[in-house]
Amino acid sequence: MKYVLFICTPVDGEELSPAEIAEDPRFASYIDEVRSRDIVKGGARLRPHTDATTVRVQGDEVLLSDGPFIESKEYVAGIDIIEVADLDEAISLASRHPAALAGGSVEVRPVWE
Amino acid sequence: MTELDAEEVEEAVAAAFREEWGQVVATLIRVTGDWDLAEECAQDAFAQALDRWRRDGIPRRPGAWLTTTARHRALDVLRREAVGAAKLREVAVLARDEPPYESEDDSGDSGVHDDRLRLIFTCCHPALPIEARVALTLRTLAGLTTPEIARAFLVPEATMAQRLVRAKKKIRNAGIPYRVPPAHLLPERTTGVLGVIYLLFNEGYAATSGADLVRRNLCAEAVRLARVLARLMPDEPEALGLLALLLLHDARRDTRVDAAGELVTLEDQDRTAWNHAEADEGEALLRTALRRGRPGPYQIQAAIAACHTTAATAEETDWADIAALYGELLRFVPSAVVRLNRAVAVGVADGPEAGLALLAELEQEGELAGYHLLPATRADLLRRSGRTKEAAEAYERALELVENDAERRFLERRLAECRSA
Repeated sequence: MKYVLFICTPVDGEELSPAEIAEDPRFASYIDEVRSRDIVKGGARLRPHTDATTVRVQGDEVLLSDGPFIESKEYVAGIDIIEVADLDEAISLASRHPAALAGGSVEVRPVWE
Repeated sequence: MTELDAEEVEEAVAAAFREEWGQVVATLIRVTGDWDLAEECAQDAFAQALDRWRRDGIPRRPGAWLTTTARHRALDVLRREAVGAAKLREVAVLARDEPPYESEDDSGDSGVHDDRLRLIFTCCHPALPIEARVALTLRTLAGLTTPEIARAFLVPEATMAQRLVRAKKKIRNAGIPYRVPPAHLLPERTTGVLGVIYLLFNEGYAATSGADLVRRNLCAEAVRLARVLARLMPDEPEALGLLALLLLHDARRDTRVDAAGELVTLEDQDRTAWNHAEADEGEALLRTALRRGRPGPYQIQAAIAACHTTAATAEETDWADIAALYGELLRFVPSAVVRLNRAVAVGVADGPEAGLALLAELEQEGELAGYHLLPATRADLLRRSGRTKEAAEAYERALELVENDAERRFLERRLAECRSA
């Protein structure tokens, strides 16, 4: 089954760049595991929520707002697309993600296939 | 062969329904991977039994007969729907695997039981909302109908139907595995399963004698499920502990309210009217569980309940023991409600002042602010120490917060006693 892991981190948390993540020892075991088992089928580290622009269309007017589509205490800092046997395996992986261990959360969503 | 009496067959089918429904559904889910089809085929098998058992006699192993019949039905349906050849082969092979009905060999049972355990763990998966876990367990394992479950939980039928549909959809779409969790997940998931059964029991326990019979029957369903779980997980002392706890509570169920619907406190309950067979069984199960040397919250709560059922009179209750057990329970469940209960026990064992001191700590922390039993407990301890004026004030405070009518009338009676003292 394919799942998308939404890696959510607190708004005031640290914002590591992809390069910093690659060298951060806290991420090492997660990265090693997903690489060795070829679980991750895609993903992205996203720029902070302050860099987001949200687009809405009303009639023929394009409305822009600065910031994410919903203001909350956590924002989506990245996504991982994974392929595993079932939800338990996805949960187990998510629970070892450094963001989950450091006060953030990981939303596990099955891909509509 | 002469035809059997219709009534006799109906009774046999009804008994088989209670005993075997969950197992038939569980096996069919494993075989077909389709929850709706599994329920449909199980229903069909029970309908066929009414007819065929009358003609052919009641099979020696009704469960095996029903499962095989349901499997054949599933095979028919899948064939008609022309599903993939691979799936058909799988179901056909599994249909052949079924031991013959008349087999006296019970070793085939282990597979059957594993299916039920799979079903319990899947229904109680933590990714499902708690209401859905409860409803799904009642539907698939206990065989209650959707209208019955809706009535038991006091929600409209359409709401309950939707809840069940959503839960089954989530199991399929989110990839919730149909299995007994592996060892590293088992302890936490077992706690979840026990929690669902306990919640089910409490729903029924909270229903008073005036309530809908289906609602009151939730206790019986919970006891039955706890029994199945205890049998399937013989090495899990908490499963035994939960069954013991439910039996010990259930034994006192009918004496908690008098004929007029008024609450009767533990000390005033008619102990001769307790269900002693249930209490004895609960106590025996508790002893078996405790011998494993791995205590847990359900075993401790059962031990507390047993302190009451083993006391011949209210005066003989060992409150020091109960207070110590609540202290033990706090190690597993460090909640304010457990501390409140401990304060009650200490108040009886060591005197009201000791209990009031513990209550004062709780009141100061404010976690139970708004919970009527906090001032009600305070009132009771004050009443016991003869401070009736202060007790009356605490009863007034409790009355501002109480929601249940029977409890309200009870508190009002106590308040009147304090005022006239």
